[in-house]
Formats: sequence, C-alpha cells, structure tokens
Amino acid sequence: MAKLRVKFTFPPERIQEPIIWEVGKRFDLITNIRRADVTAEVAWAVLELEGDQKDIDDGVRWVTEEKGIRVDPVEDSIIEG
Amino acid sequence: MSFAKALRCRECAREYTLSPNHVCEYCFGPLEVVYDYDAMAKAVSRRSIEQGPYSVWRYRDLLPCEGDPVDLNAGFTPLIRAQNLGKALGLPNLYLKNDCVNPTWSFKDRVVTVASTKAREFGFKTLACASTGNLANAVSAHAARAGMEAFVFVPSDLEAGKLLGSKIYGANLVAVDGSYDDVNRLCAELGDKYHWAFVNINVRPYYSEGSKTMGYEIAEQLGWRAPDHCIVPLASGSLFGKIYKGLQELTKLGLIEEKRTRMSGCQAAGCSPIVTAYEAGTLNFRPVRPNTIAKSLAIGNPADGYYTLKIIAETEGVGAAVSDPELVDGIKLLAETEGIFAETAGGVTIAGLKRLVEQGKVHPDETVVACITGGGLKTQEAVADAVPPALQVKPTVESFEAALLERFGAKKPVPEPAS
Repeated sequence: MAKLRVKFTFPPERIQEPIIWEVGKRFDLITNIRRADVTAEVAWAVLELEGDQKDIDDGVRWVTEEKGIRVDPVEDSIIEG
Repeated sequence: MSFAKALRCRECAREYTLSPNHVCEYCFGPLEVVYDYDAMAKAVSRRSIEQGPYSVWRYRDLLPCEGDPVDLNAGFTPLIRAQNLGKALGLPNLYLKNDCVNPTWSFKDRVVTVASTKAREFGFKTLACASTGNLANAVSAHAARAGMEAFVFVPSDLEAGKLLGSKIYGANLVAVDGSYDDVNRLCAELGDKYHWAFVNINVRPYYSEGSKTMGYEIAEQLGWRAPDHCIVPLASGSLFGKIYKGLQELTKLGLIEEKRTRMSGCQAAGCSPIVTAYEAGTLNFRPVRPNTIAKSLAIGNPADGYYTLKIIAETEGVGAAVSDPELVDGIKLLAETEGIFAETAGGVTIAGLKRLVEQGKVHPDETVVACITGGGLKTQEAVADAVPPALQVKPTVESFEAALLERFGAKKPVPEPAS
C-alpha cells in the first residue's frame, strides 16, 4: 500500500461537488483529510491518499484532468526561481 | 551555539525534535524552528553581533545551526540611502537593501548557507533542489564549497543559458520532461525516497530561517532600529515572513525598541495570488498559473501565502501587482537613479513601490526599506530591448557629432574648452 500527501484546491464551480468521496470510491482509495477550509469562494483540503500506487496515480490524474482540481504536494510549490 | 529547541507546526502547534522533517504528522502543516529566547537573550547583545563576521553568520546565535558553516560569505549586504530614487518617488527616507551583491548574486545565498550547514550536520552528503534560477545557483555553489554532491531539477524546456550558472559549479542537472507541477511532484517523492537534503523540502524549516538575517541586517544597519515600512517582493512569501520574524526576534531579545513595521509586498500581475487576495480583503488566496517574465517570483501556489496575508493585515501593510512593462521600467529607474542593476524581482519591487506612493499608501515621512533580492545579469533578456542601441559611428569626429545630434537633438552634449 502506498500513501501520498496532497493539497486539493477547488475552483469555485466545483466547491459543492463531493470530489474527495468520489475519488475514494472510484479508485478504491482511503482519503484522510487533515486540514481543510471551504467557503463560497475558495476551497482547499490537505489530505492523504492511501491505496495501490497505480490507483493513487490514476486517481490524481482523474481529479486534475477530469475535474479540473489543482493537486499539489502538501509542501505547495517546490520549484523556485 | 544554537538556541533552537524544537520544530513546531505552524497550524496545530505540535512539536517535534530537531531533525530533517518539514511536515506535521498530525495535520500535514508546515514546521518551523522555535528557540529558547530566554537563554538566547543572555548570550546575545548588540556588541556580540557587531564583533561577528560581515556575513549572515554574525547572527549565528539566532540561527538553528551548531557547527562550522558552509560559508561563501553570504549576507551583510549594503543598505543604501537612496537619495536619487527617493527624490524621484517623493520619499526622502528611502533605503535599498542590495542583495544583488551576494556570492551567487541573490538573497538565496542566505537561505542556502543555513540549509547546507544544517544538512551537513544531519549527515547528508547531497544537496538538491527544484529551481529555474537563483536557488539552483546558490545550492550548486554551496555544495561545491562543502564538497557535497548537488542535484538540480528543472523543467526540460528551460533555456540553456539559465543552467550555466549552476552547471559551472559541477552540479548534476536533471531536466524533467514535464510541467512545473510535474517537477514539484517528482521532487516531493524523491525527497521521501533518497537520503538527500532537498533544501526547500526536508530541511525547509532550517532553510527558511536564513531569510531572517535580512531583517536583522536592516535593523542593525539603520542603527539598531526597525524601519517604518518594508517593501518586499513576494514569491512563496517565505522571505517576507522571515524578515518580519527577524525584526520581532530582535525586539523580543531587547536589541531594538518595539515598533510596528508595516510589511508590504509586491508581485508581478502575471502571478499575483497574494496581492489579489489582499485586494479582495481575504486571507484565502486562489492559486494561479504564472504568466510573467519575473520568473523568480512565478510561484502560483505560494506555500506561505496565508501567513503573508496575515502579516500584511496585522501590520497595516499593503500590496501591489505590476505589469511586465512596469517592472522593466522599475529595473531601469533603479539602475538610472542609483546605479543598481536588479533582476526582474527588483523591478517588481521598485515599480510596486512607485505605484504605492502614487496611491498614497506609502507615506513620505516613513523610513522605507525596499528589498532588492537579486542581480540583473541573470535576467538580461527582460531588459535587452528596453535600452537604446549603441551609437554607431565611423572613426571621425564628424561622424560622432552627427550621431550625437541624431540621438539627442538640441540637448546634445557640447565640447567644453580645456581649463
């Protein structure tokens, strides 16, 4: 079993969708939210994804490409100028 | 000796031992070094600092390192009274903190000298980072001085010229076939897998402490007093927050009098998540895809964005976001008034300061310090088309004078008789 710590940032039009529940269900992942802030304008969640590595990779790809959710490492932006 | 006593989560305040750790196990929040300030206050004085070297290491008692530093003489850069620029902007008490003159020509030498020193203390043999510019150069140079290996990760479409400033020190350059987000994700995974010191990942809490030295120096160089107003360019927001922490620490230690220094930040309009949130009156920023020539500030999801916004609010600071043409004008204005050639981040700072003065948000009676974080030779392409071409002349006085007339018209220089 692999784990990945990530930060999801939701665009306003996706804030009301149960994306975290759905990625867990679709890709057989345990989603463990550690911090989150959800308002009408901005929503983000810091969570851990646990499952097979392939399912984690596929799930992250689905969240970003199908749902347009920004997924960053929990450290936020690492690459610096 | 170091008075660092623990790592503490900035979100939930849980504490951890001093180790190469950067994420809270409970809430995944970022960790920060905390100190025994009571013990530190007994050991540190203005005199003890003034007797130290002319580098960041004069403040070693306030930094989290124990042994001999990996030292290229970073820091203790000039604080310049900017009389010409001040006159141009209407600020009679304007100073510039000129970090162009660091060993690898940017303030990143401050954070990397601390990170590499701590990495060596932890037993790491390799330094690493993900960077398109200044950080890569600083890491490569300090690794060379320390006799450590260096791995620098960049997107594969980065211009070759930008890589020379790292390769020349013998660093291993890894060109990743992917986006900036892909480089981020890869480095986060490698940081877990290899026993390498990724300076802004697993030793990040120590790395970021190096930026406090800019705040210390500003206060010491102003005669042991905090400025009324600091203007700082914003990328991740880490430098901004640590300058503020540095001023607060000096106050806590009794080395300067308490003063509320306004902390203001500037960004490029093409990557301004923090300033946009400030202008909207919220502490929650929305990440963006960067689109600006100010590459050193092009962080779309700033790790310290929330903390920066809190400090701006608490100190009654302000924010400004400037266009790419404006930042180029900022670079030129700084160079033409004060003889300092800054990179694009410096142009953002000066253009932002100009805007804030015009808006009445920076006051003429304030002692203002504008932080210039890196030298202009590294971002030459940003201004290459903004300066006039050379006068082309034949080797005759007539040809030269014709060229003068064409360039300057009635204002052309005239020969002066020998005295």
